[in-house]
Amino acid sequence: MEIILALSIGALTSSGIWLLLRSRTYQVLIGLSLLSYAVNLFIFSMGRVQSAAPPLLKPGVPADLAHYADPVPQALVLTAIVITFAMTALFLVVLLAARGLTRTDHVDGRRSGT
Amino acid sequence: MSVTVEHLVIAPILLPLVTAALMVPLPERMRTLKAAIALISTLGTIAIAFTLLGIADAQAPDGGSAVSVYQLGNWPAPFGIVLVVDRLSALMLALTGVVVLAGLMFSIARWHSAGSYFHALVQFMLAGLNGVFLTGDLFNLFVFFEVLLAASYGLALHGSGVLRVKAGLHYIAINLAASSLFLIGVSLIYGATGTLNMADLAARIPAVPESERMLLEAGAAILGVAFLIKAGMWPLCFWLPATYSVVAPPVAAMFAIMTKVGIYAILRLWLLLFGAGAGASAAFGHEWLLIGGIATVIFGSVGLLASQDLARLASYSVLVSSGTLLAVITVGNAGVTGGALFYLVISTLALAAFFLLIEVIERGRIAGADLIAVTLEAFGDGEENEIEPVGIAFPATMAILGIGFAICALLLAGLPPLSGFIAKFLMLTALFQLPDLSADATPWVLMALLLVSGLAVLFALMRAGIRVFWVPVESNVPTVRFLEVLPIVGLLALCVVLTIKAEPAARFMQATAHDLHAPETYIKGVLSAPRVERPLEGSP
Repeated sequence: MEIILALSIGALTSSGIWLLLRSRTYQVLIGLSLLSYAVNLFIFSMGRVQSAAPPLLKPGVPADLAHYADPVPQALVLTAIVITFAMTALFLVVLLAARGLTRTDHVDGRRSGT
Repeated sequence: MSVTVEHLVIAPILLPLVTAALMVPLPERMRTLKAAIALISTLGTIAIAFTLLGIADAQAPDGGSAVSVYQLGNWPAPFGIVLVVDRLSALMLALTGVVVLAGLMFSIARWHSAGSYFHALVQFMLAGLNGVFLTGDLFNLFVFFEVLLAASYGLALHGSGVLRVKAGLHYIAINLAASSLFLIGVSLIYGATGTLNMADLAARIPAVPESERMLLEAGAAILGVAFLIKAGMWPLCFWLPATYSVVAPPVAAMFAIMTKVGIYAILRLWLLLFGAGAGASAAFGHEWLLIGGIATVIFGSVGLLASQDLARLASYSVLVSSGTLLAVITVGNAGVTGGALFYLVISTLALAAFFLLIEVIERGRIAGADLIAVTLEAFGDGEENEIEPVGIAFPATMAILGIGFAICALLLAGLPPLSGFIAKFLMLTALFQLPDLSADATPWVLMALLLVSGLAVLFALMRAGIRVFWVPVESNVPTVRFLEVLPIVGLLALCVVLTIKAEPAARFMQATAHDLHAPETYIKGVLSAPRVERPLEGSP
């Protein structure tokens, strides 16, 4: 499972960065979104990957991380998701404003060569 | 500690936050009311900040440090989030309050009507800034960073226009990418140490096993990159002059504190986590900060000398100030850090005043002087013969602006007799007193850097000053309102007061630096802070 998780984080990050470096604002937006998905998965994996382990204490099971999933990264991911979502929405608004003002979707407000 | 004082710690976050939330539903035409509320809230925040400053400084008369800890939800330190006030936090709170107040007052004359929700956004940013300076938890730091950045996006776009939207787009994209790096860094550090509390982290780092250490250091490095993007370290600063020179001037003045947020985070975390007591990780990344800081100063100085536009000039001054701080704090000597803190305060105040001053000056120049600047660029320095003989009767406004400009230049270049000089002098003296001066080249490089960057700033500002105040044949005297002059004069007067009161100020900075270089008290203070025992029904 670790290798699949690692590969998917890697794929998301690399495609995110590639899109982030593109010249059109919408591609940049999607790049940022993919990057944030990768980051969220990464935070999640930093609590160590476990399957079928609940983050809540159960009576009778010893209270150590061998039997439970670490709840802290899960809480962090929730916060990160909310913040990233809000920021993406904000970026989208600015993107549309820039599109309207400059009449192009190039990140510098003008096409290269002109 | 009494109950009131205890809750005072969280007040600098709550007051602006609640004020901002109250202001959002108010319609835009009630702008005067909003401005009044914003002023009251900001003044209140400043009052609280200075009270906290007094508490942080007075608690330990014997030279030691004491920290006030506020446990959110009454959870003790490694488990819950804590807010911590020590000398550095209190100092930054006070500085933030003053800078934001100046920007706010300036904006009331004109700029706050250039767009919607200006006052609410300013208050949100103030809450975020105060949160960053208060929090003792790494992830909470991220959350407050996002609060202040979200507000700053709105403020960067205040006034709209093609230039601002374009710069804002870049600014947002870069900061979102930086936030991703921040999260990766934080989660790596959590993965390696199992804690997010800064004090707990500092206590655990010496005992991190060798196998995890690489992970920890990678996390710290990535986190550092996120902070350095905010602080504007070369080569991560390419966005800064472009953004700072086009945002609305009162916003730019408030943004003068934003780069210092990155500096604060580096100062706090690196001295806490990777100080002398960090075992194998001691002084991790210091050489990078040093090289980066030096490169930033050089880049900023070259940029300064190449700038024709006043706003760009100010933006590059921001870079010079950031770079100087980054390079100097790596020396790891309390005396040098003390001088650096003094320099941080002075340069922030002076830069804020400078951004405001520029707007007023530019107002008078729009008619003819820009043409001269264009001619200058196209044909070189060819209009010397146009300079009028000495003795032009300056109107009072121009005199005030000119004196303000001169004071700014003296402060930023670090020339006597003002406090900029005292700050630089403190740093230089401390550098001279380092024990291994003959063996190590770094202090000498830093001394040269301080002096040469001062010279570059002086050259650039003097040239700009001559062009703005002496060259124009028919100077259009800008119409300036009292409310606009007041914050500029106030900020500069504060710098002058810091010159007169340099001795107690320097003593405070030294005490702050001493605390930072001996983080044991901070760690012990946070981790051993007792929970508040109170009957459940009695608590509100």
